[in-house]
Amino acid sequence: MYEHDVVVVGAGGAGLRAAIAAQEAGADVAMVSKLHPVRSHTGAAEGGINAALRDADSWEDHAYDTMKGSDYLGDAPAVEALCQESPEEVIRLEHWGMPFSREDDGRVSQRPFGGLSFPRTTYAGAETGHQMLHTMYEQVVKRGITVYDEWHVMDLAVTDEDDPAERTCHGVVAYDIQSGEISGFQANDGVILATGGMGQVFDHTTNAVANTGDGVAMAYRAGVPMEDMEFIQFHPTTLPSTGVLISEGVRGEGGILYNSEGERFMFEHGYANNAGELASRDVVSRAELTEVNEGRGIEDEYVHLDMRHLGEERILDRLENILHLAEDFEGADGLTEPMPVKPGQHYAMGGIETNEFGETVIDGLYAAGECACASVHGANRLGGNALPELIVFGKRAGRHAAGEEMGEAEIETGRSGDWQPADYEFGVEVGETGGSGPAAADGGAVATDADSVLGAAVDRAQERVEELLSRKGRNHAEIRSAVQETMTANVNVFREEGRLEETLEDLREAREAYKDVAVSDPSRTFNTDLIHTIETRNILDIAEALTMGALAREEFRGAHWRKEHQERKDEDWLKHTLISWNDGEPELWYKPVVLEGENKTYEPKSRSY
Amino acid sequence: MSTQIPKQTEESTETETEPASKGDERRAEKRRRAAERREQRQEEEAEKAAADESTVELKVFRYDPQVEGKQEPRFDTFHVPFTKGMTVLDALMYARDTYDSSLTFRHSCRQAVCGSDAMFVNGGQKLACKTQISDLEEPVRVEPLPHAEVTKDLVVDMEHFYDQMEAVEPYFQTNEYPDGELEEQRQDRENREKIKMSTRCIWCGACMSSCNIAAGDNEYLGPAAINKAYRFAMDEREGEEMKQKRLEIIEQEHGVWRCQTQFSCTEVCPKDIPLTEHIQELKREAVKNNLKFW
Ligand SMILES: Cc1cc2nc3c(=O)[nH]c(=O)nc-3n(C[C@H](O)[C@H](O)[C@H](O)COP(=O)(O)OP(=O)(O)OC[C@H]3O[C@@H](n4cnc5c(N)ncnc54)[C@H](O)[C@@H]3O)c2cc1C
Ligand code: SF4
Ligand code: FES
Repeated sequence: MYEHDVVVVGAGGAGLRAAIAAQEAGADVAMVSKLHPVRSHTGAAEGGINAALRDADSWEDHAYDTMKGSDYLGDAPAVEALCQESPEEVIRLEHWGMPFSREDDGRVSQRPFGGLSFPRTTYAGAETGHQMLHTMYEQVVKRGITVYDEWHVMDLAVTDEDDPAERTCHGVVAYDIQSGEISGFQANDGVILATGGMGQVFDHTTNAVANTGDGVAMAYRAGVPMEDMEFIQFHPTTLPSTGVLISEGVRGEGGILYNSEGERFMFEHGYANNAGELASRDVVSRAELTEVNEGRGIEDEYVHLDMRHLGEERILDRLENILHLAEDFEGADGLTEPMPVKPGQHYAMGGIETNEFGETVIDGLYAAGECACASVHGANRLGGNALPELIVFGKRAGRHAAGEEMGEAEIETGRSGDWQPADYEFGVEVGETGGSGPAAADGGAVATDADSVLGAAVDRAQERVEELLSRKGRNHAEIRSAVQETMTANVNVFREEGRLEETLEDLREAREAYKDVAVSDPSRTFNTDLIHTIETRNILDIAEALTMGALAREEFRGAHWRKEHQERKDEDWLKHTLISWNDGEPELWYKPVVLEGENKTYEPKSRSY
Repeated sequence: MSTQIPKQTEESTETETEPASKGDERRAEKRRRAAERREQRQEEEAEKAAADESTVELKVFRYDPQVEGKQEPRFDTFHVPFTKGMTVLDALMYARDTYDSSLTFRHSCRQAVCGSDAMFVNGGQKLACKTQISDLEEPVRVEPLPHAEVTKDLVVDMEHFYDQMEAVEPYFQTNEYPDGELEEQRQDRENREKIKMSTRCIWCGACMSSCNIAAGDNEYLGPAAINKAYRFAMDEREGEEMKQKRLEIIEQEHGVWRCQTQFSCTEVCPKDIPLTEHIQELKREAVKNNLKFW
């Protein structure tokens, strides 16, 4: 058993920033991460980080762009916090030595990005995330913050009152990948989940193999709702064979998209007559797939992204990393030929429901970064808005968890405000997760002291691991890939009712199969078979919530396109989807969007670029 | 790349008893439709999979101190169907997911940025995710990084590497901040250009593994850590005083002077960092500063 004031789960951008903030606020902090911090997926971010740094720009403009980009599903208090605080946070990174690209006067460079009314995307070449991750890890080393790396957190230790709003989180249970030891980590002041994305729900994704949505699923099992899971960002420029990302920076610098007939289709086919290639990501992704579906794709699969005209010097200065990626992973030389690209899963706008301080409905449990939904991105995230989210909300969650006074939250969590139940009938039974042990919050009499809650959680985890290791059964890999395939086939950029139903059916089968899952590697050392098996359960929970939300939302908003419902329906749908885990099944409900900001209300307007 | 889950619940769908209510009827109909579509898709996929493919032969190092039969190191052979663009990492994942789920290696980003899958492939340190199978001679021999302790199969203990990285005070240090929270420290374009390559290190450990000196001298800081020191020593924002302090760190007995310019680190670095050059430059700086000569 380990004990700290604040335990941060995950050591990507959000986790590192949260840990630094909590420590600065006086807490004894530990980070627990299944990967060594520098291996976190924040390191893959390329294009840049938005912040209104210049006199000609303002946080208000940034907030306006973000609300519009979100298709009015962002909550204004969170959006305004993001835009107000990102300048100081970005400059703080600079003060910590982050090697940003520079202008002639020595100031940090900024570039245009899709959906932004000002070129406010600050960057370090096409490797912004790598530089940011390393810069923050350096600060963690400097401050001597304890890091438990290669520990896989399996579950939360939460009390089991009936109402999640009365539950308390006392810590986490983790599995030491190196030694096989299972141990409790008691958190006296709070647990911060910063476990990142869930791209592994899909098989064509820009995300790392470790991005299996563990934190979201853990919080869900403990009683925290998942919010807006149907809103998945598909990035328009990923390499067709691997899903590796070609940064939006390429289009920001002037890269052009062509179809097989050599047409600049964003303009020629009228997808975005003003912004063209720099329309927001949902718009460009749909345009590309429409081109392919209408027979103007290349090899019936992709389109071309051309940056040759930018010239070697500019490319080497600002996009060098892109040349390497295209060459290494697709065999294309960006200097002499256009690069093949197609849309791929990229980012989860939804996640663990939190308020603007990162608090969840469970006392002592926080979330920040891609796993959380505050919500700043609503139905569509603008490029360059995730990295500032990590540092702004990582910092906020860290401080709050460490006990700093932060005022009254304007965003409500749980079923405290104007929530309403969903009246949608799914064609398939959902839920019923066999063979994975009870949710963290279940388990007999209500224990309230940290010791017994953690003890019970550790015992459950131990039992689960023993069971998986001792029995014979199915391998997780086939289940995982079945989920990934059906999700990619049916819950992608274009969605239609019948195919969403089909996916729920596939997922139910996968759940059945998961009841018999077993680990065939008997080893206690670095048992990745075991870890992947545990992750697969998380993938299942998330895939299901995502598909349910997508079926029930009968409108077209942001990244969520529905064949049967071709318009945004503000009257019925200016609301967040929430899915809670209750007695072995998911339950769907809604809560209103907060459009009132500090000084203004963001009135929904039609979104054109 | 994967097998479908056998359709074990199909039967129950078909033998469903009379639906009791309208809702049930609608559900049953939806399910039937879904089952049909799924079947059609599976058939299409099976056809695709039937298309002939050539295979790649992998010889993979296996060792697990905890499992009987794996305590004695050995090589296992896997035959993996080749697909265009396949990397060593893809092949390993296929072998693991299809033939032996205990086959163990680190990996995550599969795009050469997390640094977790450095291995010894056909006798050279490589990132598995960045190495195309088509560029290799067969059989492809995959081993853990040399000169590191093997934890299991292709996984090595990285602690020593991390310790060396941390020994150089790998964090930005300055006493001079600009006035005002929102003012950045100005940095010349040229200066950023100078440190650019050094900031690209992903901590993969390939350079350390390839270095003869590091193999013989456990205390030698090694190319990655010295490069990290270079990154800060050359950053003009830290200032002259700090640079002095940094030179002292890399000048210690097991620092830059151990390097015998064999270039093996530079050759293997997947991020093309001119490591040897950086080490040489630090040596020159140290001489200029008239510091100790070990
Ligand atoms: C290729 C790519 C490019 C991008 N480019 C940009 C960009 O230019 N600009 C921008 O704003 N955004 C960009 N994004 C989005 C942004 O990078 C991510 O949203 C962000 O980095 C996520 O950070 P995070 O800290 O939430 O999670 P991550 O960096 O993914 O970190 C997650 C951490 O959680 C740990 N973890 C996970 N599960 C467990 C568990 N069970 N137990 C213990 N630890 C666990 C992991 O080890 C890891 O340390 C990009 C994303 C991708 C994929
Ligand atoms: S310097 Fe190169 S080889 Fe060495 S750890 Fe860094 S990236 Fe790897
Ligand atoms: S898997 Fe990340 S570097 Fe290869």
